[in-house]
Amino acid sequence: MTKIDSKVPKGPLAEKWTIYKEHQNLVNPANKRKIDIIVVGTGLAGGAAAASLGEMGFNVKVFCIQDSPRRAHSIAAQGGINAAKNYPNDGDTIYRLFYDTIKGGDYRSREGNVYRLSQVSNNIIDQCVAQGVPFAREYSGYLANRSFGGALVSRTFYARGQTGQQLLLGAYGALSKEIKRGSVKLFTRREMVDLVLMKDGRARGIIVRNLHTGELERYGAHAVLLATGGYGNVFFLSTNAMTSNGSAAWRAYKRGAYFANPCFVQIHPTCIPVHGDYQSKLTLMSESLRNDGRIWVPKKKEDAEKIRKGELSPNDISEENRDYYLERRYPAFGNLVPRDVASRAAKERCDAGYGVGKTGLAVYLDLSDAINRLGKDVIEARYGNLFDMYERIVDDNPYKTPMMIYPAIHYTMGGLWVDYELQSNIPGLFVGGEANFSDHGANRLGASAIMQGLSDGYFVLPYTMQNYLADQITVGPIPTDTVEFDEAEKSVRERIDNLMSIKGSETVDSFHKRLGHIMWDYVGMARTKEGLEKAIHEIQELRKEFYSKVDVPGNPNGINLELEKALRVSDFLELGELMARDALHRNESAGGHFRLEYQTPEGEALRNDKDFMYVAAWEYQGDDKEPKLNKEELEYENIEVKQRNYKTT
Amino acid sequence: MNLKLKIWRQASPQAKGKFVDYEANNISEDASFLEMIDILNDELIEKGDDPIAFDHDCREGICGMCSMFINGHPHGSQKATTTCQLHMRKFKDGETIVVEPWRAKPFPVIKDLVVDRSAFDEIIQSGGYISTTTGGVPDANSIPIQKEHADLAMDAAACIGCGACVAACKNASAMLFVSAKVSQFALLPQGKVEAKDRVKSMVAKMDELGFGNCTNTYACEAECPKEISITNIARMNRHFIGAKLG
Repeated sequence: MTKIDSKVPKGPLAEKWTIYKEHQNLVNPANKRKIDIIVVGTGLAGGAAAASLGEMGFNVKVFCIQDSPRRAHSIAAQGGINAAKNYPNDGDTIYRLFYDTIKGGDYRSREGNVYRLSQVSNNIIDQCVAQGVPFAREYSGYLANRSFGGALVSRTFYARGQTGQQLLLGAYGALSKEIKRGSVKLFTRREMVDLVLMKDGRARGIIVRNLHTGELERYGAHAVLLATGGYGNVFFLSTNAMTSNGSAAWRAYKRGAYFANPCFVQIHPTCIPVHGDYQSKLTLMSESLRNDGRIWVPKKKEDAEKIRKGELSPNDISEENRDYYLERRYPAFGNLVPRDVASRAAKERCDAGYGVGKTGLAVYLDLSDAINRLGKDVIEARYGNLFDMYERIVDDNPYKTPMMIYPAIHYTMGGLWVDYELQSNIPGLFVGGEANFSDHGANRLGASAIMQGLSDGYFVLPYTMQNYLADQITVGPIPTDTVEFDEAEKSVRERIDNLMSIKGSETVDSFHKRLGHIMWDYVGMARTKEGLEKAIHEIQELRKEFYSKVDVPGNPNGINLELEKALRVSDFLELGELMARDALHRNESAGGHFRLEYQTPEGEALRNDKDFMYVAAWEYQGDDKEPKLNKEELEYENIEVKQRNYKTT
Repeated sequence: MNLKLKIWRQASPQAKGKFVDYEANNISEDASFLEMIDILNDELIEKGDDPIAFDHDCREGICGMCSMFINGHPHGSQKATTTCQLHMRKFKDGETIVVEPWRAKPFPVIKDLVVDRSAFDEIIQSGGYISTTTGGVPDANSIPIQKEHADLAMDAAACIGCGACVAACKNASAMLFVSAKVSQFALLPQGKVEAKDRVKSMVAKMDELGFGNCTNTYACEAECPKEISITNIARMNRHFIGAKLG
């Protein structure tokens, strides 16, 4: 088996990052101008990295799929960003944020990376304030904090319900400044369709499809950074944006990059329930609502049934007939248990027949106690925009009737494998943000995704990429008229021609929806050996059908939204299978990965640390071959590994 | 519900566009406007027709990508709502709905309902930021900011850059967009250092790109899906005059 080296520096946990920086290689300012860097994606990780690398003096080319870098899906993060500032004086420390993150991730993430994340969390807040991000403030003029799931302290900074938007616009401002200065060149409406490796195995460029003209374009550079987000849209319905996709990561995988822990998917507990088969996406209601909201279902099955039939309204159910099941099961954390725990508990109640809404697949998130205690004005100031959004979608007033919520696919903890430097096993290929697997283990805590994106982008990659580039200063510009670029472009062209030539009878979306159903039913919140085997088989069959029956109309030159979708779905049809394989091999339950065979008598996730305390890094072996499993053993030197407990402190 | 649609079709930037009539039948009231277009597009594909090109992404009203001009209003007539958050229950069964792209010279049509809004990026690049670089900044709490100012800055910063204000304006003015960014930074101590240069260069860029002048019709404020206030324009004008004089 290939030995995987995570390259975590030796030394005490708290000093590892300092030790790294003290010994890393640097590039002098004159030489930085000779180095080209490609950044794919302009979300928090990509935007922040591109801006920072540009400021340092490198030549950066940055690519985004939307018409502007400001529209990357980081913009939709609502609730907040964590940092260990301890401004509220409630006992927070860097170690505690580190500990909560490792524990929240169910002991499946790397100590060194997570500690560094916690350390730089404080720099992020400083940086964003300097950029003019309008974080919420107290009357004193100092920054406000709120609490989030999985923590007993208030360490979450926020800008109303639009924290991701404000942080992204901060990074977008920094990026715009560098674009004007000329250090960063921006390419919009471009989608990466392949990664180019040179003979020596280094990543040296990308092929992108210009979504306007349909042309395939070649770009070369000394290093490539992918910050292309997660692959939650493999489920069709998710809280991701419509163009969020896994193709850049998948193409890198097919060029040899390891794909780590693909089965670790986060199902967010507080989303607006599914309502129809025409539905295109699911909408998140920020986890911050769990600060003031109480989650419940009726205690009596007959009440739940009457509610489903429309004979009773939730307001008819008296207090003693309500089951606040999170408070009942987890007295210490109550409604603020981590997301995986809250999601599973909702599913458990609905499966047992206590669900509400027309479909029975919903629970109540009730803010009436908070409204009575604090007044409508206070609640409106905190969550008004979320309430408005709920009302627009559901046509129901959440100030009067409790909101209905149900878990939905939200985030992928898995992603391309990276070492401590956020470099993949392909030299020169770096991966940041949700696209890598690095920091969240088997479950991510709320308000930590944007923390990780900005940590990677502002404070980690600019150092580690420079370390890699230090010996590249004599290489000279990377030419794109090489056989490697020819081959990559040709393979993309063949894939496109193939999809266009099928001329079948079914739309791309119809296949995507069918894939989504398989994934949700068998690779979703509750997984079994039999179900996963079935999923693998069904995905393989669906893939065959896709390549004989899909209809991609129009032509590949110019805007062709169906072709864009077909390319993405063709990759999801392979990635979905790898997720099922990973879930099948992992004979334990951990975080978001819940195998029904492995649970405690109380129904909690039961890990198997003896056999599975490792990162599963899958290696592509060819389309017809099973991928190879490489293992990075996880070592916990600073934390005592134990079963997660949210019942008591 | 059943609907009649008149949708602008234009094959390319150079092509002459026209309205084409469509029907959308058996649409659920709970469907979003874009989901209705998805259903229509699926039918067009089945018939072998070219589906309607339109911009959209997050479908939760925050990315600013969606941009349809519906029945004479950018994002339709529901207040404080983007097209993706508009639901069919706001329309009447049998209604005829007219859908056009944003129409403004600085936003040329690329195809059907898709327009080029890169002019907004250019305006931001001309100075819509605080020129701090990564690292070397003070502790976040070393800059206390009056809550009222922070809240006003947040109100302005809520802009999603969709361009509805320009589409709504008879002069295709970008004053609401520009003033929102200028105001956000002018209200914060961190932004004051560059305030004069910022307002001058952003306004100059806006003029250079062909956006029109503001004649105080308030259409931008009325149509803005994020309810950005027109007081931002007044604030920007004050800063602009101050910058020019001083």
